[in-house]
Order: sequence, then C-alpha cells, then structure tokens
Amino acid sequence: MDVLKRVPVREQDAVVRSANFEEVCLGYNEEEAMAEAARCLGCKNAQCMKGCPVSIDIPGFIGQVKEGNFEEAYQIISKSSALPAVCGRVCPQETQCEGKCIRGIKGEPVAIGKLERFVADWAREHGIKPAKAEKMNGHKVAVIGSGPAGLTCAGDLAKMGYDVTIFEALHEAGGVLIYGIPEFRLPKQKVVAAEVENVKSLGVKIETNVVIGKSVTIDELMEEEGFEAVFIGSGAGLPKFMGIPGEQAMGVFSANEFLTRNNLMKAFLEGYDTPIKAGKKVIVVGGGNVAMDAARTAKRLGAEVHIVYRRSEEELPARVEEVHHAKEEGVIFDLLQNPVELLVDDAGCVKGAKIIKMELGEPDASGRRRPVEVPGSEYEIEADVVIMSLGTSPNPLISSTTKGLDVNKWKCIVADEANGATSKEGVYAGGDAVTGAATVILAMGAGKAAAKGIDEYLSNK
Amino acid sequence: MYPIVRREQLADKIYLMDVKAPRVAQYCEPGQFVIVKIDEVGERIPLTICDYNRAEGTITIVFQVVGASTQRMVDLQVGDAFQDFVGPLGCASDLISEDIEELKKKKILFVAGGVGTAPVYPQVKWLHEHGVDCDVIMGSRSKDLLILEDEMRAVCKNLYVTTDDGSYGFKGTGTAQLQALWDEGARYDHCVAIGPMIMMKFVCKLTKELGIPTIVSMNPIMVDGTGMCGACRLVVGDQVKFACVDGPEFDGHLVDFDQAMRRQAQYKTEEGRAMLALEEGDTHHGGCGHCE
Repeated sequence: MDVLKRVPVREQDAVVRSANFEEVCLGYNEEEAMAEAARCLGCKNAQCMKGCPVSIDIPGFIGQVKEGNFEEAYQIISKSSALPAVCGRVCPQETQCEGKCIRGIKGEPVAIGKLERFVADWAREHGIKPAKAEKMNGHKVAVIGSGPAGLTCAGDLAKMGYDVTIFEALHEAGGVLIYGIPEFRLPKQKVVAAEVENVKSLGVKIETNVVIGKSVTIDELMEEEGFEAVFIGSGAGLPKFMGIPGEQAMGVFSANEFLTRNNLMKAFLEGYDTPIKAGKKVIVVGGGNVAMDAARTAKRLGAEVHIVYRRSEEELPARVEEVHHAKEEGVIFDLLQNPVELLVDDAGCVKGAKIIKMELGEPDASGRRRPVEVPGSEYEIEADVVIMSLGTSPNPLISSTTKGLDVNKWKCIVADEANGATSKEGVYAGGDAVTGAATVILAMGAGKAAAKGIDEYLSNK
Repeated sequence: MYPIVRREQLADKIYLMDVKAPRVAQYCEPGQFVIVKIDEVGERIPLTICDYNRAEGTITIVFQVVGASTQRMVDLQVGDAFQDFVGPLGCASDLISEDIEELKKKKILFVAGGVGTAPVYPQVKWLHEHGVDCDVIMGSRSKDLLILEDEMRAVCKNLYVTTDDGSYGFKGTGTAQLQALWDEGARYDHCVAIGPMIMMKFVCKLTKELGIPTIVSMNPIMVDGTGMCGACRLVVGDQVKFACVDGPEFDGHLVDFDQAMRRQAQYKTEEGRAMLALEEGDTHHGGCGHCE
C-alpha cells in the first residue's frame, strides 16, 4: 500500500446516483477505516486540531480507530462534537483539519472526515450513546433554533448538567440539516434524526412549532418562563435576489424554497402533498454549496441543469468535493457568466435568461479578482426553472422583538466571538444569525463557545 | 399534536375549526396567521386567524377547499388533531397599535369577500371591544356561500351584504356596493379589504380614485412562513416584500396585484392534478384542459 495515498472511499456510480436520492458516499468499512487510520502520524503538536473549529482530539480518536477501538474513538469525538455523523459528511475538511495535516505535505492528507463519519456511523449502528451528565445543576437555559449551532450549544450545556429546552420554528428539528442539505449528502432519518436523538438522550427537550419573536419573545422566556440564559442560533434568513427584470415570474425560486420543498417537505417522495416544479431545463445562479445542492437536486428530479456563476472555477465558494460530484453527475458549469434579465412568456412563466459573459479584472476587497462584464457578449438561454442561490440576509423576527439586543449594519446580531455574549445580559448568539450564511461546523464552533460562555455566566451569577 | 375541539361546515366547501394551541392563543392578534400541517405527508397550509380564546387556549380557523390538502382537512373531526400548528405568524393589523381615541374619530370600512370574511371578523370584533364603530361590506357569489353573517352583524355598525347573483342583499360585488354607498353620500377615512386577489384589486382601484387609504391582507403561496424560503415575495411599490414577515397586510394602493395573481397560480397545475387524482382516481387521464 502506498502510504502517501489515502484509502479510497466507495461511492455510488455517478450515472446511477444522478437519478436517485440515496447517499452518494458510502463511507469506509472497519478494515478500510483501520487502514486509513494507520496513515496518521499521531503528531504530538497536532496541526489538524488547530484547523478544527470544535477542537476534536483528532490524533486521539484516530489512534483508537487504528487499534479497532471504535467505541473509545466515539467517546473521544463526542467530548467535542455533538454531531459527528453530520460533520464527517459536510465539513469542509480540505480547508480545516485535513488542510493542516502533515501527511498532506508530501502526499494526501489523512481522510479525517471520512474516519469521523465511520466512527459516528459505527456508534449509531451499535447503539452507543454519548455520555450523559452525572447530575443536573437546576439552571434552565433556552436555545433558539435546532440547527448545528443550537444542537451543539444545547448538547454541551446538557453535558454540564443544565436543563435545556430547544425551541424550533419548523415542524422538525435539525434546521439547515433538515431543510437545506439534501438527502443524498446527508440522510435525514438515518443520520440527522439519529444525531438529534443523541442530543435528546443527554436530557435536552425540543419544542417544535415555536417561533421565537412571535409565539413567545425572549423577554417572556426569561421573565415568565424562568430561563436564566438564552442562546440564539436562529440561522440565516431571507433569501437574496438579484433585482433583475423577470425575477418575480413563475418558475423562479430561491434555493431555500426549492430545497425546503424537496428536503423538509419531501416533495421528491411519492405520497407527500407538497408540490415542486422539477423543470426540464434549470438554471441555478450562484456558486456556493447551496447552489450545488440545488443543482444536484434538480438533476435528480430529471432536469438538464446549468450552474451560472459570475467568476471562474477557482473562485467557486463551494467545496471541491461538491463541485466534483456535481460535474460527475452531469451538471453543466457556465462560468464567468451572469444573468442580466430573466425572459418571461405571455402567461408569466420564466422561459429563459439573457446572460452576459464576464472576465476577471483587478482584485476586490475580498482579494478575489472582480468579475467585469464583457460588452456586447449577451446571449439567451432557454430555461423553465431558475433557482437563485445568492445567499441570505438576516431574519428580523428576533432582533426586532428583543429589547436591548444590538445588531450591526447588516442586521446580524452582534456577539462576542470568544463566548457568544450579546449586548443583552444572559443572551448569547452564534451561527448564521451572527455571521451571515457560513458553514455547519463554524455554527457548531459558535454554539460550543456560547455554551462555555453561558456556563461561565451562570456559574458566577 | 393540536386537537380540534369544534368543527362546523359554514357553507359549501367552507369549514370552521377551533384548534387547541395555547402558545398561539396566548400571543396572537388580529391580522396574524397560522400554518397548519395535517400529518407527516401534509403540506404547510397558511390560514389567517379568524378568532381566538386566550382562556381556552384555542384558535379559530376558517378554510375553503381549494386543493388536495384542504380537501384532506375536511375529513378531520372533533377529537382528531393537526400534527403541526404554528403561529402566530406575520405582523398584527396596524389598526390595533393606533390610538383608540384617534380611531374613534375615523370612519372605517371593511370590505370582505368570500372566505376573506373570516380574517376580517377578528379585526371588527377587536374594534368593537375597544369602542370603535365600523361598517362592513361582505360579499359572496350567492346566499348559500355567505359565512359569519350573524357574528359580523353583532360587532359592526352597518352591515352591507352583497351577492354576485342577487340571491341575497345587494346584487353585485363589494366594489359596486362601495360605489353605491359613496354615491349616496357615505364617506370613509380608512378601508381594509380582504378576500380573493381579484376582489382586492378592484376595491383598491376604486378606493384609490376615491382617495381612501386601503389596507389589504395578502395570502400568497408560502412554505415555511417564517422568513426563510421567499416563496411569498410580492412587489409593493418598487420593493420586493415577504408576506410572511413584512405582511400579510400591505398598502393596497401599492401592491402589484396582477403579478401577485400570477404567482399564486404557480402550482395550480400540480395542485389541480392532485385534486383531480383525489376526486377521480384512475379514471382521470388528462385532456380536460385543467392539467398538462
């Protein structure tokens, strides 16, 4: 075996999977996991841990995998992460832990993400649960939102003995893990529901269908329902649109709507009532992970799919693996192009887009080369569905109904990065509600920091 | 689970239910809405709150059968329950945050069309309870489709009933009734119109000519209803607004109704197909013009 190369992971065939919603990556088996774990150098000064927003003891758990001690490996991971089966699947490891792996200098880095996934899946299949707090401390904490930030914060607080209730606006717990990330990347029942159950097994209560700011406010939770601290992990918010002509036509959706119909409401499954317009030729505008998810979903629903992105492949914000998978499945990338108008037929349905070609100019504030329009390069392309995947702007429900909670000029909640503290005493925040749209693991890191912040606050009160 | 404690058929295809949902009943205000979901496979259906009882912890909803999902709601009886019932969503009516003494000086008119009578009722009732008089025009296609007439009569000053076919009350639309009242010398300072989009469009066209500020309650397609999916976006003035968090009430003179009506038809084909499949089962094979 070539120690410079990682043990390959089995995947569903690209042609087969582009027509189903089964998980793309099949993961390691025990032998493969142990072989891959053996590639870990077990560095004393582990660089990989510095790349992990929740500081998992990576050499520690991989060392246990190498020896075949999978349960021990799971307990090491679950000290730091409430959602290892999720993170093993959706974290951008290539820029975090694996990006810093010493093995990666000469060869391929250790497949830390795939090993984490293996350990979490193994634990679930063997009925292993994370260790519960030995005794409760009697302090009540409310967590708003059951996405990655909320679940992590709640799980960590419960392990410290806090009495935690999560309030979720939707009818199912999981946040973006349920409504946003598709089944083929993150199985809902097998993985997400099981991780939510693990958090509940720590003693966390989850109340669904409660919209904080509407059903009850944060002030009421604290003054009338006896919660001593609150963590806000309410997620991103309203979808952005381009502001070009034709955007209100029928057949134009935000990626959030398209994905929510498909994932949360299960429109792709026979027997569910919620409709989705699958489209014959679909344009997805944007280049992030959400754009890839929308494109690959549309592909599975039977459409020819084009991703239209205004910069080049190098600047695509999506993970390399997602772009690679999308290409394998036949998604067409129209790079350095940007819609200037959506074309609408007499009935008000979208029938295509007018697109202009772009070229890269001087670097902008983000350091990326700014795309500039090539004059006279417009052309028209047909499409019966257009999906806008341009990010989100914050939801005003909580900030507008909570006294003394500061927001910044983008309307994101202002919170201390180190401990999640906001301008209001006892109220902490983290995840997309603070940073704007980011990743699952960064939200988890913020949830973790806030759990520590809340514990310090309540211990010293 | 959210149990149904009362169920009545108000008219052909129009039903009323009281649903136990204490958190919603505790904080809801006139003008807000809820989202209901029957069971695991059901859609999330937005419905404007028709009445509420804080002591009992119940919310009254009124719905009309328009598709497969609302058809399935008809089968629910007292003792059955909705799997999900979330709210209150959207902003409360602006009227309830205005100064009561100022409101008392105003001549307020509500124009309710069809099942839109249901969301008008709690606003009129609220005003009545706060000593504010108002007039109501409520219309429907015919006498047997009128709902909540006695309830409305009990809380408003003057009630004008209209039917399109003249089977009861004024023959014609609510808009025509308003024009007739105006011609007789009635004057209003403020109008609230709630009903089918086409009706709100025409009421607004007239009130704009007459110079009466008019609020409408929009009921576009929604999925989450909490400001995430953007399905409910509509153009108000020059701005894109989200009915679920910015509304559902908007300045009727600024709403682009033609666009809103087209957007509402977005899933008509799919919904129509689902409805036909439910009604006609395997016997429906297309060609009727209602499906592709």
